[in-house]
Amino acid sequence: MTLAKLNDTNRFLIFAAIILLMPIWMIPLGGAYPDLLQKFAIYGIFAIGFNILFGLTGYLSFGHAAFLGVGSYAAVWSFKLFTMNAIPAIIFGVLFAGLLAFIIGFLSLRRTGIYFSILTLAFAQMSYNLAYSVLTPITNGETGLQLSQQDPRIIDSMFVEAGAGLPSTNLFGLKMSGFEGFYFCAVMLILCYYISMRIFRSPFGLMLRGIKSNQNRMMYTGLNTRPYMLTAFVISGMYAGLAGSLLAVTDPLAGAERMQWTASGEVVLMTILGGVGTLAGPMLGAGLIKYFENIFSAFNNQTLTEIFSFLPDAAVEVVVPIVGLFVGSGWHLTLGLLFVVIVIFLPGGIVEGMSRLAGLFRRKDQENMNGTASPQDQPGE
Amino acid sequence: MDAIFLQILNGLDKGAAYALIALGLTLVFGTLGIVNFAHGALFMMGAFCAVTFNKLLMLSTKVEDKSVTLFKAYKEQPYLEIWFPDAGPILLDYAVPLSILMAIPVMILIGYVMERGLIKHFYKRPHAEQILVTFGLAIVLQEVIKAVFGANPIPQTAPDILAGSANVGAWFGMGENVVYPWWRLVYLLFSGLIIFAVFSFLQFTTYGMVVRAGMRDRETVGLLGINIERRFTIVFAMATVVAGLAGVMYTPILPPDYHMGMDFLVLSFVVVVVGGMGSLGGAVLAGFLLGIVQSFASMTEVKAILPGIDQIIIYLVAVIILLVLPRGLMGRAGVMDD
Amino acid sequence: MMSDLVLHLDNIQKNFGGLAALSDVNLHVEEGTTHAIIGPNGAGKSTLLNVCIGRLKPDAGKVTFDGQELTGRAPHEIAQIGVARVFQTPEIFPEMSLLENVMLPAFSKRDGSFAFNAHNMLSKQNEIRDEAEHILEDVGLQEMMMQEAGSLSRGDKRRLELGMCLILRPRLLLLDEPTAGMSRHDTNRTIDLLKKIKSRGMTKVIIEHDMHVVFSLADKVSVLARGAIIAGGKPEEVREDQRVKEAYLGGAH
Repeated sequence: MTLAKLNDTNRFLIFAAIILLMPIWMIPLGGAYPDLLQKFAIYGIFAIGFNILFGLTGYLSFGHAAFLGVGSYAAVWSFKLFTMNAIPAIIFGVLFAGLLAFIIGFLSLRRTGIYFSILTLAFAQMSYNLAYSVLTPITNGETGLQLSQQDPRIIDSMFVEAGAGLPSTNLFGLKMSGFEGFYFCAVMLILCYYISMRIFRSPFGLMLRGIKSNQNRMMYTGLNTRPYMLTAFVISGMYAGLAGSLLAVTDPLAGAERMQWTASGEVVLMTILGGVGTLAGPMLGAGLIKYFENIFSAFNNQTLTEIFSFLPDAAVEVVVPIVGLFVGSGWHLTLGLLFVVIVIFLPGGIVEGMSRLAGLFRRKDQENMNGTASPQDQPGE
Repeated sequence: MDAIFLQILNGLDKGAAYALIALGLTLVFGTLGIVNFAHGALFMMGAFCAVTFNKLLMLSTKVEDKSVTLFKAYKEQPYLEIWFPDAGPILLDYAVPLSILMAIPVMILIGYVMERGLIKHFYKRPHAEQILVTFGLAIVLQEVIKAVFGANPIPQTAPDILAGSANVGAWFGMGENVVYPWWRLVYLLFSGLIIFAVFSFLQFTTYGMVVRAGMRDRETVGLLGINIERRFTIVFAMATVVAGLAGVMYTPILPPDYHMGMDFLVLSFVVVVVGGMGSLGGAVLAGFLLGIVQSFASMTEVKAILPGIDQIIIYLVAVIILLVLPRGLMGRAGVMDD
Repeated sequence: MMSDLVLHLDNIQKNFGGLAALSDVNLHVEEGTTHAIIGPNGAGKSTLLNVCIGRLKPDAGKVTFDGQELTGRAPHEIAQIGVARVFQTPEIFPEMSLLENVMLPAFSKRDGSFAFNAHNMLSKQNEIRDEAEHILEDVGLQEMMMQEAGSLSRGDKRRLELGMCLILRPRLLLLDEPTAGMSRHDTNRTIDLLKKIKSRGMTKVIIEHDMHVVFSLADKVSVLARGAIIAGGKPEEVREDQRVKEAYLGGAH
């Protein structure tokens, strides 16, 4: 409620504290294990980056999964060719994703609106098809790209003798799995949040919002929109690339399914669920979706029967198969329904929903006080 | 020469499916202004109408198998064969084309419910939200199908009489090796018929005139006092039926599975963009064109030179066309430029 | 008092599907003056402005401003040359505050062709902020600075848009019916405002229906009818012109 009144520094500190303390406050929620926490942070980065494009400019890309995939491939290749250190891996991931985003963006941004969405979707699907077919030498096709004993690892081999098993990813010796891995991702996330905040508060961000609000007006005041749009697209592609490479850092393999349109759709959902154009909303959306995915996919008919055991047997026989449709492998059905419901009832996402609620309370509490946030604060609550 | 002719034929049936889906997409976008990401799912729903119909016909019971004389044996026999010993087997044989009869009312119903229940509320909302809500709907539809029919493709067979291949080459005085499956020929004719029907409807009925006028200038038509909303429902249902029928008839060519809709949707969108958004003729033309292009790219000779080209050729062509002709093949200036 | 001609429209033709909106328009505007274009509805006035700012491409003819050809250039290039326009229906940023609305064009002017200005913060752009506040004061909207632009009345929106154009310090300002739909009071305020900025030396082309506005602002008047200029000159001369009376004034009043 009072979040709107905070200044950016405080907001940033609160965000950082919430993220870093996740392993503690997620305990009662049953989500305090590192694999899940890593996913929160990684998909948070993905969604925050997506929001820089969609939230600021209003251009809906349906192809961001391609950048996620490229980031993963680039990172795994860095592990295979050079070193198991995470830093070069994420640098390569970001660079290659940025390069791909430059090419796709350059072509797709020739059109606006739905054309743009369709073009990005087509390009992502093309990348996905390529990863499965022609690029098999690079992507290892359906099997996915994995580490192997025969990898050269030029840099690593100069310092240490290759061990017996497959080496694991590290940050100058610190293992990148478990909580160490989470904290690495969390630091990246906080950094990404900070950059995104700076972009939102810069003239650049204001100009992007101008393009979203009234592109014609921007052009007739002398703005060449294309380089600005392309920059936003590339930045957001690089965020996706970073997320992809972090996926590989925490679990060193990469598969083409990461590039599928469902993954592109998922990041859109995360962003709108949290709140398009808000700073922390996308992170919130990403966390919620990954959390519920984790819980819901774990259910099977047996656990469901246990849960509903308080019902009479006859009722259990009816309820369990119906609920069973929505959990386990049926999680995607729930996701689809969630998509529809959110777009219909809460297109502004949770953040807007909360501020609407807050507004209701405020009106009741202080009828006579003008407690509304100044308009300048709005795009980042 | 023969090989080229054969590839054109091969491309036509896939092209026909693209054209039919793209036609519906364009119709809905042009009149209702809705970008329907669930349109591919409608194609899939049509295909599963055929599957359901087939299953219904095949409802069986255990009967004694009289061909086994040594011991009492049982076999499954469809009720249809028991009740109608003469007509039953024929009905079963023609399950796919007959399921059209079921698909039409079912698709009309789906279209009606979808438009009245969901799409209607999105006419005035931004395109991004339309895309998102129909995208969500597409996921829901495909997951429901997956839950009911499973994840594996369910092969359907064409009627026996159309099982073989036609020696098309001989008809045109070409070599013996230009053969083409009968069913694909049927599909081609069928699509031609539907496209013809849709175009005649738009061209020769007063109803169609209003729809065409609406595609050109929605506001004006609304101002004329025409109840455009009711027409929207009918246009949407029509597009739904076209997609559904395209799906039904496609089942013997491609065993339907739950994700066929999305596979076709992405390509159909590319078709629409290449054809020129809002141009019905462009959608049909681009559909067939891209189908043929894809078929050429699938030739082993071509793949030997450019491996994997068949996977991406459509996108490549689309990119090139959009760079050269930003409005697509037949898009008019000023129409739906955004 | 002959001064230099800066804006030239030569033989402009524009057809819409076989219909000639502009058949042959020649117009020359002196630097620093206010030139009004009047004419009955459908005479092609807005089309003419659209041609000037690059929204429409003429089928023939060319537009030059201060020696630079405008035809065929992208809208943002024309704006960078120094041509700004107030539209008939206000083109503003409805979700943003008035201050942001006026600051944005200033950034467009500064970094329009592209500058990676993502590393500095909005809150440090004091110069532009001050300038924007100053402009808002000029157009009389400074009290509503933090309000959302979409909530303004129609008259205020137009004044805001005028402010957005003024911060660009244009050398040529095109105004498309700046007082249409305004109350008499608002109209007079706008006239005063336009008179006030007259001293800044920019050239103005104004399309207007309201003769009161035309005669209080214009140095020269051209009459556009059926896609061509049929008369032109000082306001008093045009008022007396028989052809003009027939084509326009007689019918309208």
